[in-house]
Amino acid sequence: MSPALPSRDPAPPDGALSQLALASLTQRDFGVYLHVPFCAARCGYCDFNTYTPSELGGLDIDSYLKSMVREIACASRVLAGQAPAVRTVFVGGGTPTMLGSDQLAQLVAAVEKEFGFADDVEITTEANPESVDETSLRQLRAAGFNRISLGMQSARASVLAMLERKHRPGRALAAVAEARNAGFEHINLDLIYGAAAETEDDWLASLDAVTGAGVDHVSAYALIVEDGTALARKVARGQVAAPDDDVLADRYLLAEDKLTGAGMQWYEVSNWAMSDAARCRHNELYWRGQNWWGFGPGAHSHVGGVRWWNVKHPRRYSALLADGSSPAAGRETLSEIDQRLEEIMLGMRMRQGLPLSRVGSAAPQLMADGLLDPTAFAEGRAALTLRGRLLADSVIRDLS
Amino acid sequence: MRAQYLDRMDIERERGITIKSQAVRMPWTKDGQPHILNMIDTPGHVDFTYEVSRSLAACEGAVLLVDAAQGIEAQTLANLYLALENDLTIIPVLNKIDLPAAQPDTYAEELAHLIGCEPSDCLRVSGKTGAGVEELLDEIVRQIPPPTGQAEAPARAMIFDSVYDTYRGVVTYIRVIDGQLTGREKILMMSTGATHELLELGVISPEPVPAKALGVGEVGYLITGVKDVRQSKVGDTVTNQARPASKALAGYADAKPMVFSGLYPLDGSDYPELREALDKLLLNDAALVYEPESSAALGFGFRVGFLGLLHLEIIRERLEREFGLDLIATAPNVVYRVVMEDGTEHTVTNPSEFPTGKISEVHEPIVRATILTPTDFTGAIMDLCQTRRGTLLGMDYLSEDRVELRYTLPLAEIIFDFFDQLKSRTKGYASLDYETTGEQVSDLVKVDILLQGETVDAFSAITHKDKAYSYGTSMAEKLRKLIPRQQFEVPIQAAIGSRIIARENIRAIRKDVLAKCYGGDISRKRKLLEKQKEGKKRMKMVGRVEVPQEAFIAALSTGDESPGKK
Ligand SMILES: Nc1nc2c(ncn2[C@@H]2O[C@H](COP(=O)(O)OP(=O)(O)O)[C@@H](O)[C@H]2O)c(=O)[nH]1
Ligand SMILES: C[S@@+](CC[C@H](N)C(=O)[O-])C[C@H]1O[C@@H](n2cnc3c(N)ncnc32)[C@H](O)[C@@H]1O
Ligand code: SF4
Repeated sequence: MSPALPSRDPAPPDGALSQLALASLTQRDFGVYLHVPFCAARCGYCDFNTYTPSELGGLDIDSYLKSMVREIACASRVLAGQAPAVRTVFVGGGTPTMLGSDQLAQLVAAVEKEFGFADDVEITTEANPESVDETSLRQLRAAGFNRISLGMQSARASVLAMLERKHRPGRALAAVAEARNAGFEHINLDLIYGAAAETEDDWLASLDAVTGAGVDHVSAYALIVEDGTALARKVARGQVAAPDDDVLADRYLLAEDKLTGAGMQWYEVSNWAMSDAARCRHNELYWRGQNWWGFGPGAHSHVGGVRWWNVKHPRRYSALLADGSSPAAGRETLSEIDQRLEEIMLGMRMRQGLPLSRVGSAAPQLMADGLLDPTAFAEGRAALTLRGRLLADSVIRDLS
Repeated sequence: MRAQYLDRMDIERERGITIKSQAVRMPWTKDGQPHILNMIDTPGHVDFTYEVSRSLAACEGAVLLVDAAQGIEAQTLANLYLALENDLTIIPVLNKIDLPAAQPDTYAEELAHLIGCEPSDCLRVSGKTGAGVEELLDEIVRQIPPPTGQAEAPARAMIFDSVYDTYRGVVTYIRVIDGQLTGREKILMMSTGATHELLELGVISPEPVPAKALGVGEVGYLITGVKDVRQSKVGDTVTNQARPASKALAGYADAKPMVFSGLYPLDGSDYPELREALDKLLLNDAALVYEPESSAALGFGFRVGFLGLLHLEIIRERLEREFGLDLIATAPNVVYRVVMEDGTEHTVTNPSEFPTGKISEVHEPIVRATILTPTDFTGAIMDLCQTRRGTLLGMDYLSEDRVELRYTLPLAEIIFDFFDQLKSRTKGYASLDYETTGEQVSDLVKVDILLQGETVDAFSAITHKDKAYSYGTSMAEKLRKLIPRQQFEVPIQAAIGSRIIARENIRAIRKDVLAKCYGGDISRKRKLLEKQKEGKKRMKMVGRVEVPQEAFIAALSTGDESPGKK
């Protein structure tokens, strides 16, 4: 996950939480994130906590799985039976589909055994298009996965090459068809726009591809040049141009236009869905400050105003759990002010925004500037306009 | 003995310059005859010429030290002329002959030519190896006349420096001209009529050593317990209260601030600290003047007057280093005298206070500049002075390949980047000295810089009419690059009165949003937001435009020159 982990308080070795934090368990939704820190190769732009086989130093998948199961047991001890049934499960990476379907099934089963699933549980996995096929998708569906998020990134070979992606242009769409055949109810495609090699025509082609694919969800991310990545080094050396903000703005407007034209609606600045039911409920749980436990190396968790994060390297992660201690590297307890700030930071990025009573006094000025929606304002809410979505960070600074 | 013994301030030692005069007393025996030599070390930089002149007035002779590797510099000339004006016996000396690059023969010729002596009259020494120093001291005894004061007359001592010391209060450096000062008596400052108890009297040799009395010709210090250098005024005459002299010695003109700049704390809450720091520096620097001012853009600060750019740089550096302040300084400007059509007059030390209305004449200070240069660069220097509105007064060859150029130049042109230009156009070989000689009427205008229609007072400048356009365009362009894009378009204009002479546009920002926010990004993103909000607090607001302090600093600092070493 994020490369620069904040470090405040040391986490207790047994991972124990305060009564106050635990008390929130019955008040809020509970979700589970499972991190799979493996990729066949690292894409130049990616700073996720993921490792190629050569970087793992001989750690085998089995001991990773064993450790995951240990952390699940540890969570069960810490939460002491107070956790409600799990409403969402999200398996992310890395490349979760570097694991076999049976292994992914094992993880999901372990979570269900400890915590139980709500009737309407959403179970998502991320997948790289080239790492799934008809058979594996059927197996995943059978294991309980009902949502899949495919890292398509682009419909054009030149852009995929620039992003150092391994799959060929048609593969993501083929995987969508296979997933649909396998019975997945919700299918998402991830796109990245703004790479130096990408033309407006390339972007339109990608948008046409996703709207024609019949998926019910699209995430479109402006390319971020993350510190410490190969892309950042190339930009620093002048070998690759950094994404241009004006171009990114134009691409975003095109995305909004095409995706809306195809019947989708934005519900978060980078996410569009066909219906309310098609939204990624797991991500919404993050954005609404609900509770979740993130399992796996580098995974983040949040329970009742306490955030913590695990050690990043899979070997250390396994070693700590093998010793019977919590794999957490650090934690922070959010103050009232921190929670307020996060509520605005996350809530304002969503379509419905926040009640005016939860935001600062700059709202009328922001509305006058065309960044907040007057209709929502009249109903007592601060919600972004299209222009406001493009300037969301500055709106958030003004409101918080 | 440590190196650079008499340069006591950190800044002096670091920069290899002398800012404050220092006195030292030294016994020397020649031909079996003991002598006491009282010497004063003087600064060489143009900003501190007043320090030199008052020291010279307290002497019988001068040792003119010239670096044998560099030869005569413009400041050497200036100091030489000051010594000549005081009718002092001058001993020409070439120092640093130990350096491989030393050319004592060449420079002895130049020096002899200048003073009107023989090259063989120039002594050659090395402060480093001590070579020639004994001969020099003998020569001082031989050539420089002994003091001529009257030992029996009522005491008269000239104050040539006055320094604030945290532990001892004001230490006053004096030279006794007539009579004698003894400890445990009351003294009288003749200009103010104030009397003080003498707490300590002493000589510097080379550390302060208390003495019972100071007699005719002796240089030393006295301490009375006053806390402010102004109460022990340089140029004043000290006498004995019980038997006062009837007539004071001829004093010195006060040093007048020539260059002004607004100093503002980066963090507005440091304003009281800045005031305190200036008050402290004032104790030690009678040439410093300041008064509070406020700027819509920069908040509360002070308009500070300096002797010149080096003085400005030193004060600023001391405020930052010794008092830990972070400052923004506005571009330095000179003092203008503006005469209105109705005959009223304004003295303008801050460009934003340039009067509006019907102006009849604007007067600006001018200087007589002396530039010494290898002849190869004569053309380049003439070009530079031409573009700086200079008038050539004369030109003299010091030798076949070195020339002295004399110009009248507006002081405003000199304080704007002149020294750097001079150095870069002459590969560092030219040297500059100047003295203010009065003022002239010039075609000057005030150029304002507007952000979204609001004048940014800190950027207003007074320039010659012919240069207003280039100032306006370059400032507007600089600001366009320095100010980050805002949620709305920001026009930047340069204007003379209501006439717009340049325009740039900062386009509205169109995207300011992070693409994604996963569970694990939340802490990181919150930290980033906190940091951005912190940064936002430090922004200066011009109307609704947020201008980062860095932009102010960058926009104000370019174009202000570094006066460098003497
Ligand atoms: N090599 C050499 N260096 C010297 C000599 N005399 C002074 N210096 C150096 O020149 C620099 C300036 O000396 P200082 O006496 O402060 O110069 P002033 O302020 O111009 O009088 C210092 O770094 C000294 O160490 C000398 O005879 N030989
Ligand atoms: C957690 S990643 C991993 C998913 C999967 N391994 C893949 O690459 O398809 C999820 C998504 O984040 C997006 N992403 C990753 N790095 C990014 C970056 N530097 N800038 C913008 N989006 C990025 C990509 O769209 C990617 O599909
Ligand atoms: S496959 Fe996905 S997780 Fe792996 S390196 Fe590429 S973007 Fe990152």
